[in-house]
Amino acid sequence: MSGCSDKSFHLIRVGTMHHRPLIDGNVSGCLGVLPSHSEPVNSETNRTTSSCSSFSGTAYFLSALCVYISSFLLPFSTKTSSRINRDRLRLSNWESFAIKLLKGQTLTRYVKNKLELRWVLVQFGAFIVLCGATHLINLWTFTMHSRTVAMVMTTAKVFTAAVSCITALMLVHIIPDLLSVKTRELFLKNKAAELDREMGLIRTQEETGRHVRMLTHEIRSTLDRHTILKTTLVELGRTLALEECALWMPTRTGLELQLSYTLRQQNPVGYTVPIHHPMINQVFSSSHAIKISPNCPVARIRPAGKYMPGEVVAVRVPLLHLSNFQINDWPELSTKRYALMVLMLPSDSARQWHVHELELVEVVADQVAVALSHAAILEESMRARDLLMEQNVALDLARREAETAIRARNDFLAVMNHEMRTPMHAIIALSSLLQETELTPEQRLMVETILKSSNLLATLINDVLDLSRLEDGSLQLDLGTFNLYALFREVLNLIKPIASVKKLHVSLNLAPDLPEYAVGDEKRLMQTILNVVGNAVKFSKDGSILITAFVAKAELLRDPRTPEFFPVPGDNHFYLRVQVKDSGIGVSPQDIPKLFTKFAQIQSTAIRNSGGSGLGLAICKRFVNLMEGHIWIESEGLGKGCTAIFMVKLGIPERLNDSRLALMPKVPPNHGPAAFPGLKVLVMDENGVSRMVTKGLLVHLGCDVTMVSSSEECLRVVSHEHKVVFMDVCVPGMDGYEIAIRIQEKFTKRHERPIIVALTGNTDKVTKEKFMRVGMDGVILKPVSLDKMRSVLSDLLEHRVLFEAI
Amino acid sequence: MDLVKLQRQLVDYRDSLYHECFLDEQFTQLQELQDENNPDFVVEVVSLFFEDSERLLNELTKALEQQSIDFKRVDAHVHQLKGSSSSIGAQRVQKSCIAFRNYCEEQNVEGCLTCLQLVRQEYYLVKSKLEALFKLEQQILSAGGSIPI
Repeated sequence: MSGCSDKSFHLIRVGTMHHRPLIDGNVSGCLGVLPSHSEPVNSETNRTTSSCSSFSGTAYFLSALCVYISSFLLPFSTKTSSRINRDRLRLSNWESFAIKLLKGQTLTRYVKNKLELRWVLVQFGAFIVLCGATHLINLWTFTMHSRTVAMVMTTAKVFTAAVSCITALMLVHIIPDLLSVKTRELFLKNKAAELDREMGLIRTQEETGRHVRMLTHEIRSTLDRHTILKTTLVELGRTLALEECALWMPTRTGLELQLSYTLRQQNPVGYTVPIHHPMINQVFSSSHAIKISPNCPVARIRPAGKYMPGEVVAVRVPLLHLSNFQINDWPELSTKRYALMVLMLPSDSARQWHVHELELVEVVADQVAVALSHAAILEESMRARDLLMEQNVALDLARREAETAIRARNDFLAVMNHEMRTPMHAIIALSSLLQETELTPEQRLMVETILKSSNLLATLINDVLDLSRLEDGSLQLDLGTFNLYALFREVLNLIKPIASVKKLHVSLNLAPDLPEYAVGDEKRLMQTILNVVGNAVKFSKDGSILITAFVAKAELLRDPRTPEFFPVPGDNHFYLRVQVKDSGIGVSPQDIPKLFTKFAQIQSTAIRNSGGSGLGLAICKRFVNLMEGHIWIESEGLGKGCTAIFMVKLGIPERLNDSRLALMPKVPPNHGPAAFPGLKVLVMDENGVSRMVTKGLLVHLGCDVTMVSSSEECLRVVSHEHKVVFMDVCVPGMDGYEIAIRIQEKFTKRHERPIIVALTGNTDKVTKEKFMRVGMDGVILKPVSLDKMRSVLSDLLEHRVLFEAI
Repeated sequence: MDLVKLQRQLVDYRDSLYHECFLDEQFTQLQELQDENNPDFVVEVVSLFFEDSERLLNELTKALEQQSIDFKRVDAHVHQLKGSSSSIGAQRVQKSCIAFRNYCEEQNVEGCLTCLQLVRQEYYLVKSKLEALFKLEQQILSAGGSIPI
C-alpha cells in the first residue's frame, strides 16, 4: 500500500521536522529522498508550513488509524458477512437461489456490489493519481516554493488522504461480499454440474420411453402372432444393441421350452430345454427381468465366443393358451403359461445392463404378453365365427330339406285322405248293402270276408292318417267333461265278450278316490284304454286280465325309469294312472323299446298270427303324450305276462249342477239305517269278536247276515242267495284265497256268483295282488267303519266292480 | 248322585279313556252300531271280548310254559287276540299284541314272556276301565237318564 508508506514517510517527515538537527542526515540517507525543506525558509513560511504540516499530519494520523482499525475489523466483518451469505445459500436450494438470483431478491445487492466494486476501483485510481500528483508537486518543493505551491501540495495531500480513507472504508464494506461472490460462484458451478447429470438421465429415460412407445406401437400394430414376436425381437435388438435375442415357447406338453424365434439366426433349429430348470423357475416366479448366467442352457444358443460372453437377461412373457380361453370363463392366473425371452448383450463389449434397460425389457415383455393375448382372442373368435357360419349353412340346408319333406308329406296326405277314403267308403257301404240281400251261403261268406277285410283296411288307413296327423302336430284334443266310471265300464263291456270267448277273466279295479267326472278327450282316452286292453287280450291265451285305475300320488308320479317325465301335480288337474296286467305270453326285455315304434312287430309266430298292423301302441303313445302323460310296458320276460301302464293328465271339472248329479244315483251320506234291506250276506271270520262286530255293522245297515266261522262251513253254507261274502283272510294258516277260488268254482255262471270281499289287516301290495289275481271283487282293510262299509256295499252292488277300500 | 253330574262324569271318563289310548275310534263305531234294535250291542261285544281274551291268555300261558314252545300256535293265539282287540278298539292291547307277534317271529322266549305279561297287564287295565264305564252307564240308565254321545 503506497498510501501507507507515504503516510509513514510523512509521519517520519513530521518527526524529522522537529528533530531536524538530530536525524537529518540519517533520514535523508535512509530514505534516499532529499528532504523537502531548506534553510532559507522564512519564518512565515515555516510557520504556515508547520501549521499546515501539523494539520495534514493529524489528518494522516487519523486516516492511518482508521486504516489499521479497519484492517483489524476486516476479518471479523468478512467472517460475518460471508457467514450470512453462506447461511443464505444453505437455506435455499440451488434452484430457488438461481431463481432468486434471476428474480433479483439479491439483485439490488448485486448491483450495489457491482457499483461498489466499480466505485472502489475508481477510488483506487483516484488515489494513485492523487498520490502521484502529490509526489510530482513535491518536485517543486525542492527549492523555495511559493505559498501557492504549498497550498496545492496540501490540497493534493488532503485529497489523497480523503480518498484513501474512503477507499479503506469501502473496502471494509465490500470485501465480504467479494468473497461471498466467489463462494456463490462455486456453488452455482456445482449445481450446474448436477443439473447436467440429471438432464443426462432424463434424456436417457425419455429416449427409453420413446423406444418403448415405438416398440409398443410396432407390436400393437399387428394382430398376427408371428409378426408381433418378430417385431419385438428386432426392435429390442435395435434399441438395446443386442447381440442375440431369443424367445423360448413352451411346448404342447408343457414340459419343455422350445426355441421359437431368434433375432440373428434365421431358422432356429428346434432346441428344447426342460422347463424345470432352477434358473428358469426363478425367472418365471418373478415379474422382473433377471440376469442369468451365460452358461444357462437357454443362453447357449450362439456359438461360443472367443472372449467373455456378454451379460444375459431373461424375462417371462405370460401366455394365454388358446385352449384355456373360454368365452365365459377367463383363465385363472395360477395356470398361466410363460414363454421366456432371453436377451444377450454383445460379447467382448464389457457393457453392463443398466436399470433403465431392464425396465425397458420388462415393459416390453408385458406389452408382448398383452398383444399376444389379443391375438389369441382374435384367433379364437375368428374360429368360432367360422364354425358358426358353417353351422348356419348346415342348419339352413336342413331346414330347407325338412320343409320340402313336410310339403311332400302334406301333399301325400291330402291325396290319401280323399282318394283312398272314397273307394273304401264305397266298398264298405256296398258290401254291407250286399249283405242285406239274398245270398247263397258261399256268397255270404265271401261278402263277409270282403266286409271284414275292407273294415280292416279302413281302420288301417284311419290309423295311418291319424298317426300322421299326430306327428304333424295338427291333432287337437277334444276336451270335454265325461264320466270316468262310465268310460271304464264301457271298456269292460266291450272287452268282455272277446275275453270270455278266450276264457280270460277280466276284472276292473277303480280306486275310490278316483273322481267321477274328468275333463279330457273321452274318445281318445277310450281308444287308448281299448287298445291297451285289447292288446292284453290279444296276447293272452288264458289267465286273467286286471285293469286298475287310480289317481297317481305325488311321490309316485316320478318314475325313476322315465326321468324325462315331470308330472306336476296341481289344483285343477290330476294324473290318472291305469295299469293293465295280463298273464299272457309277455315280452322279452330287449323288445320292450321296440313296442312303441310304428310298424315294428315282435317277431314271434303267436303275435303274427293274431294280426294287427303294429300301429296301435304307437298311436296310443301319441295320444298319451298329447295328454301330457307317459305310457310304458313292463314285463318280466317271455311267458310271464306283462303290464301296460300309462298316466295321463285329466282336468277336474267345475262343480256339477244338480241335473248332472241326478244321472248318477249316489248314496246320500245320511242314509237311513236300512240302506240295504234284506241283502243276504255271509260273514266268515274265525275270530268271534270281529265276527260279531262285522255282523253288527251289517245288521245296522239292514242286511241279513249269516255267520260262519270256518272255511268248510262257509263252503257248505254259501248259496246263490247270498249276494256278498265277507271273508276274513288275515288269519294265518287259513288260505282265504283257496276258499275264494273254491267258491268261484262252485258257481259256474258268473252272474250267480256272490261278490267276494276280503277283510284284511294287511295292506301290502303282494297280498292285494294276490286277491286280485284270485278273483276277489274287493278288499277292505280292517277295522271297518260304518261309513266305509256302507260305501263299499253300495259301490259293489252298483257297479259290480272292484274297489280297493283302503 | 245328580243325573247331570253323572252324565258329565261319564263323558269325562270316556274322554280320558280315549285320551290315554285305551280305546280308539273303533269303539266309537261300536257305539254307533247300538240302536233300538240292538240296545246292548256294545256290552255284548265287550263281554265276548273279555271271555275270548281270558281264554286266549290262558292258552298262551300254557303254551309258553311248555318245554319246547310251539311258536306257531302261540302266534296264532296272539293273532286272534290282536284281531279281537282291534275289533273292540282296545288300542293298547292291540299294540302290545303286535310286539308280541314280533317276538314270536324271532322265537325269542324271554321276549315272549315279557310281552305276555304286558298284554295281560293291559288287558286287565282295559277290562277294569270298561267295567267302570259300563257301571257308570248303568247308573245313568237306572237314574232315568240317557247316555250322552
